[in-house]
Amino acid sequence: MTKSWFCLSHNVARIALLAGLTAAGTAWAQFTQSPLPYAYTALEPQIDAMTMELHYTRHHKSAVDGLNAQIKNYPELANMTIEQVLCQVSKYNTAVRNNGGNHYNHEIFWKVMAPAGQGGKPSEVLAAAIDKAFGSMEEMRKLFSAAAAGRFGSGWAWLVVTPDKKLAITSTPNQDNPLMDLPEIAVKGTPILGLDVWEHAYYLSYQNRRGDYIKHWWDVVNWNEVNRRYEEAMRQ
Amino acid sequence: MEHQLPPLPYAKDALAPHMSAETFEYHYGKHHQAYVTNLNNLIKGTEYENKGLEDIIKTAPAGGIFNNAAQVWNHTFFWNCMKPGGGGAPSGALAEAINKKWGSYDEFKKAFQASAVGNFGSGWTWLVKKPDGSVDIVNTSNAATPLTTADKPLITVDVWEHAYYIDYRNARPKFVETFLEHLVNWSFAEANYAG
Ligand SMILES: [Fe+2]
Repeated sequence: MTKSWFCLSHNVARIALLAGLTAAGTAWAQFTQSPLPYAYTALEPQIDAMTMELHYTRHHKSAVDGLNAQIKNYPELANMTIEQVLCQVSKYNTAVRNNGGNHYNHEIFWKVMAPAGQGGKPSEVLAAAIDKAFGSMEEMRKLFSAAAAGRFGSGWAWLVVTPDKKLAITSTPNQDNPLMDLPEIAVKGTPILGLDVWEHAYYLSYQNRRGDYIKHWWDVVNWNEVNRRYEEAMRQ
Repeated sequence: MEHQLPPLPYAKDALAPHMSAETFEYHYGKHHQAYVTNLNNLIKGTEYENKGLEDIIKTAPAGGIFNNAAQVWNHTFFWNCMKPGGGGAPSGALAEAINKKWGSYDEFKKAFQASAVGNFGSGWTWLVKKPDGSVDIVNTSNAATPLTTADKPLITVDVWEHAYYIDYRNARPKFVETFLEHLVNWSFAEANYAG
């Protein structure tokens, strides 16, 4: 039921996208990285430039290459959005799951960050939803930070809009995410905020101090983008 | 009982440039130490308080106590899997078992490298001895360890990013290749195989 809800909503988006592209005479056959919306140095000192460059040009890039390499095994992937792939990822092999998740997760991650002071703040409607779900903004941050700190090994922390339009906090191992139609994904939903807690995301600046990374990361959250994603998820 | 961080079997700079002193400052001094500290804090007042490390690993359910105990053991084992001037090939009964399984040491190296590079996320890649005396390569995730299985660990390489990020960045293949070429302690593995 959850699966069909997600795949349905993503199909609607896809049809609109296809119509636009057909009109423009463009077809695409592979997944691509969106350009980083700021310079590698833009998130310093919270996230150093070397980390951003390695993270974007090596870790994320290798996932996109790995996902595109699977198109030969599953030609239909070439005509799907990444969201469509993930909401039915149980049909595909581990390489699609790992690389597809990796690609989607990093796409979100770059966009939900902005240089400190430039990310705006939670909109009235999002702030009200956060208060309703968690009691306060402070409490949401505490729960989200705990989810990120408590993810043993590699993974992600998420703030999601669940299929019944509620906010929830969860975390996933490795490159899994709440869109995936896998039984082990405990909380399913549309991510509106995500934090990468793979060691590659923070090791050069913070080493073993994941807690410090999480604390400073809040300074570079792009609330304008989180607000936009929240409203989009509520409309779906 | 209070668990202790065991001393390193060599100086922190002994494996440089293949594994730097800076890596040991963090990997041994911070990560390994934190697992010991966390374990001691978590077992206080529990049924695990007076158990030995291996006993805790074999009996604790999935969760913090298991994770920290297994990571204490895995790291101590890993330090012993390396030595200054390591590398080369094993000899004796272990070499025979490897040849029997993979045909040659070179084929084993290829298989071990591929397994370690493909161990997605954080984890460990092991050469183990099966109960029938044959050998195999096993990947484990996060803190998981062959200690909870019938397999006997012979050699391991840590493929958590913290094991190689300072020295190799994202280049896990280069790290594993260097581990086999310059660091691996085959006499330790031979003794484990015989034991
Ligand atoms: Fe990442």
